[in-house]
Amino acid sequence: MSILVLADLHEGQLAGATAHVVAAAQAIGGDIDVLVAGEGVQAAAEAAAKLDGVSKVRVADNAVYAHQLAEPMGALLAELADGYTHVLASASTTGKNVLPRLAALKDVSQLSDVIAVDSADTFKRPIYAGNAIATVKSDDVLKVITVRSTGFDAVGTSGSATVEAVDVVVDNSQSSFVKEELAQSDRPELGGAKVVISGGRGMGNGENFKLLDGIADKLGAAIGASRAAVDAGFVPNDMQVGQTGKIVAPDLYIAVGISGAIQHLAGMKDSKVIVAINKDDEAPIFQVADYGLVGDLFEILPELESKL
Amino acid sequence: MKVLVAVKRVIDYNVKIRVKADHSDVDLTNVKMAMNPFCEIAVEEAVRLKEKGVATEVVAVTVGPKAAQEQLRTALALGADRAIHIETDERAESLAVAKLLAKVVEEEQPGLVVLGKQAIDTDNNQTGQMLAALTGLPQGTFASEVAVDGDKVHVTREIDGGLQTIALTLPAIVTTDLRLNEPRYAKLPDIMKAKKKPLDVKTPADYGVEVASKVSLLKVESPAERKGGVKVASVDELIDKLKNEAKVL
Repeated sequence: MSILVLADLHEGQLAGATAHVVAAAQAIGGDIDVLVAGEGVQAAAEAAAKLDGVSKVRVADNAVYAHQLAEPMGALLAELADGYTHVLASASTTGKNVLPRLAALKDVSQLSDVIAVDSADTFKRPIYAGNAIATVKSDDVLKVITVRSTGFDAVGTSGSATVEAVDVVVDNSQSSFVKEELAQSDRPELGGAKVVISGGRGMGNGENFKLLDGIADKLGAAIGASRAAVDAGFVPNDMQVGQTGKIVAPDLYIAVGISGAIQHLAGMKDSKVIVAINKDDEAPIFQVADYGLVGDLFEILPELESKL
Repeated sequence: MKVLVAVKRVIDYNVKIRVKADHSDVDLTNVKMAMNPFCEIAVEEAVRLKEKGVATEVVAVTVGPKAAQEQLRTALALGADRAIHIETDERAESLAVAKLLAKVVEEEQPGLVVLGKQAIDTDNNQTGQMLAALTGLPQGTFASEVAVDGDKVHVTREIDGGLQTIALTLPAIVTTDLRLNEPRYAKLPDIMKAKKKPLDVKTPADYGVEVASKVSLLKVESPAERKGGVKVASVDELIDKLKNEAKVL
């Protein structure tokens, strides 16, 4: 077996998800190469070379791969995929954008959001927003897979893979980058945070989300929100945790003023410890919470912040 | 410019699903079905492009069983001009659907194809990207804003950590995310009118496409149930439990 992992980048740096995807590759077994494609990505390539289990890092550093646009990335992967049995990427917006393109170019199916490896051709993945788990077997010669990072523990960083340049340069006259607006925050990224505190409709308005700031600072937590809070316009969509937002599985998840709709639970129920704070003691969130506290969040949050 | 919009018949998003006792699949017997929510957003966007005078015709297409014509009629009631039903009772995976849609694109020559980013049954998030690859067209996935400007379309995409705007040459493929628009409801007179709009029925064989996939579904299970824990009486007790019992603080 021979596996190519597409490295996930965040603002040009290696994203944490890649270490989880390499872990999934180890579960499949075989030689593992990592492809780092972008513009000015030497630092990311060096970081990828340190990931345990990686034999070779292949670097495609060219302006055409800047921002990892789907068209050149798909074409590059299609060039490089021959000789590999599996191509893996994180189920991030980049992986989801690029890998189906590769699969179609190679006339094979793609498996999305894999959470467990049963064997080199059999995998588990959630369907129906995680309300069912499917075991699927692929008989395609090339398996193209996106990996949900919460399903695999990250590999360590004591490796020393070789780094080599890839000189494949493709043309792209169809798509161009215009601009990016990334949320600027000193807090950890929602998808990779060890602690997440989320607010729901019970927060009342966007201003009240500030009540979560102090607690998040003390815990080093990322701040999330339920779909209801996003739909109500309290906070932007990139904070959404749930079936249609981010899937998170931190060590500690604190749900504040969130009732616990199926669609929210789909995004956080794999968290190790769940705390729910809600004034309605019948709220469904309490059925999945390890620790529930019934009461007025406007009294509880300041008290919690001061006592942490 | 002609706009092609693809729709899928799926279980209604409000229905709590049940896994079959033999673990072969999810049980869809007598379950309420509906248009996939992301496809509703795609239809809405196509219809708005027509209302703005950007699109001249909106064609809705689906791949699925006979009953999927209900979802095409919904698309017609929402403002699509005509519909194409590619009828199959087989489980059509993303790649097969993309191959069929590529044939329709070849035949219809739309300026823009709009699809939902994913269907809420298989949660694949693949068909639009695969269609783009097969037709050799650029893609703007997870769109929260679509602006046609001459021979280009600017697509603002929901990416991890924020928004990205890209410019694509036309024709192009766009897949919709939640914030792109808020779909309208079909009005009764429009539902009546939709019954008279043209709906062509084809089969995968008409397009020379094989629907069978190399991926087989071995088993479907319910996820591990998470048990509820305890209620604590105070913030102090909560902090104590988190420190000493759960050991996460």
